Amino acid sequence: MIKIRQLHKSYRTEALSLHVLKGVDLEIGSGEYVSIMGASGSGKSTLLNILGILDTYDSGEYFLNGTLIKNLSETQAALYRNEMIGFVFQSFNLINFKNALENVALPLYYKKVGRKKRNIIALEHLDRMGLKDWAHHMPNELSGGQKQRVAIARALISDPKIILADEPTGALDSKTTVEVMEVLTDLNREGITTIIVTHEPSVADATHRIIHLKDGMIEYETRKDNGVHVATHPQKPRMA
Amino acid sequence: MFDLDRWHEIWITITHNKSRSVLTAFSVFWGMLMLVLMVGSGNALEKGIFSQIEGFATNSCFFESQRTTLPHKGFRKGRRWDMTNSDIPVIKEKVRELQHISPMLFSGGNEKNVVRGDKNGSYRIKGCFPEYDLIEKSKMLHGRYINDIDIADKRKVCVIGERIYEVLFQKGEDPTGKQIRVNGIYFQVVGVARSSSGVNIGGETAETVVLPFSTMQQAFNQGNIIHLLAVTAKEGVPVKRVQDQIGEILRQQHQISPDDKDAVWSMNIEEQFKMFNYLGIGIAALIWIVGLGTLFAGAIGVSNIMLVTVRERTKEIGIRRALGATPRNIIGQILSESVVLTVLAGLLGIVLGVGLLRGAGIILSQSDQFFKDPQVSFGMAVGSFLILIVIGAMAGYIPAQRAILIKPVEAISEE
Repeated sequence: MIKIRQLHKSYRTEALSLHVLKGVDLEIGSGEYVSIMGASGSGKSTLLNILGILDTYDSGEYFLNGTLIKNLSETQAALYRNEMIGFVFQSFNLINFKNALENVALPLYYKKVGRKKRNIIALEHLDRMGLKDWAHHMPNELSGGQKQRVAIARALISDPKIILADEPTGALDSKTTVEVMEVLTDLNREGITTIIVTHEPSVADATHRIIHLKDGMIEYETRKDNGVHVATHPQKPRMA
Repeated sequence: MFDLDRWHEIWITITHNKSRSVLTAFSVFWGMLMLVLMVGSGNALEKGIFSQIEGFATNSCFFESQRTTLPHKGFRKGRRWDMTNSDIPVIKEKVRELQHISPMLFSGGNEKNVVRGDKNGSYRIKGCFPEYDLIEKSKMLHGRYINDIDIADKRKVCVIGERIYEVLFQKGEDPTGKQIRVNGIYFQVVGVARSSSGVNIGGETAETVVLPFSTMQQAFNQGNIIHLLAVTAKEGVPVKRVQDQIGEILRQQHQISPDDKDAVWSMNIEEQFKMFNYLGIGIAALIWIVGLGTLFAGAIGVSNIMLVTVRERTKEIGIRRALGATPRNIIGQILSESVVLTVLAGLLGIVLGVGLLRGAGIILSQSDQFFKDPQVSFGMAVGSFLILIVIGAMAGYIPAQRAILIKPVEAISEE
């Protein structure tokens, strides 16, 4: 599903250039449940943004579902995002003047689905998140957990192949964190490739594969084996 | 492109951000309102002015004798002179470009000079040719105007103004054929006239008795003199040319120095009319400059607020981009919002403006004024609508460009 080779990315400002990703190699198969961990500044969010085609990279290769994602026009990028990827953000990123239903239906608007149809589909997804009764509430009338479930419903509505979640539980308390993680785990069980960026070990533990990022490179990976994460694929021999 | 869904999306964005939308729209609303009010007022002023001279031949010219100011052929300066009947055939013969000519006599309204039975009033008396009706048009309420046979036979007939009719006759009474006494002499009423113009020479038509020129000269012992000479020039001929020729003839005929400009007083209505025309054009130009300026300022206001709005909406736009909106979607959205706001606000301005003008028109219609029927044309309304669309698109253009520069990743990470 995702294949990355020697990915480099730096941010340049007038004064300095910050080398954020220093040659990342990564392969994620279809239906995998992966988390990316690392200290702040390790490049995990940058990696996720590149995976989500929200950001570009300097060198290397990124194949998404067999397609090379490089030098795309904004329009193509928008199309791939719309078709392939569902985003879940730490700060939910709901549009605050649209109610829950309208927020969920928005991706279908850009897919040119008729309003009636997309509202029906949106309501189904809200129902699935247990938020049917909240469909016509504005985001500021919802709790954090509800907002994140609305955001997940929105991410799912265009039937994406991949869910990219950037600190999805970062703004939630521990109880709702568990709820949201259950939702994400359920989704993965249905076959959607799920990638979560997090710095919470409890969240990462729920996933099947943890990629540890350090200073723009993959430090090591762990895989869940009988419910326990074991280091499987150290990129650097010093782990052994 | 213009599907209902898109308008619905725009409508939600506009209506869910009411204060922002109202602020954005107000400047255009105000600009349009001002433009409509000013154009309507300008039109009314123009109509008012032109209604005053409507029915009055604008290719006309009037002559009057004044004391001479130069000595000539042994005559001292300061001599009085009069135009006479013999001038008319000379002028008719020599001035080829002459269209109509009417000599005129006037007599003041002596105390109770117009009498019928026990009813009477003080009115002005005016003697003229039938042609005078082609220079200053009268609307005949009863009967006819003076005609050529009246002149030739020096008939004792008269045309009375409508107010005189109201005073001397019963309501609904047919005045034609009835005798009235004017300055002690009986005349038969042949018609009742109403002025169709705001300009009347020699007193208001409504309060004037018109006699055949020849009759008046004889009946009131005026000899062969003419008080005022009214002429018009043929179509396409500048009145100035006829005016100069007749002035020259009059000076020759009456032994006045060719250089004595003041001895022959004349007024060229065409020149006056031209001035009105220029005034009208000037007012219209001023109105459009100021009005469009106001509207343009409104458009800049929209553009400015849209720019601020785009900044404020960075996150929203970023989210839309992340969810699959193409740059074209975003440009379309911002432009459409701008156009919709501008057009709605503008239309509101037009409607309110037209309403106010109509109200003003109803109030003003009670009195005849220099300000008549303030309205804007349908063409102007349609034109403004198109202008609004263009202005809306222009106002949205820069903000839209700014909006697509927003990178989704930057917008979303902005907390």
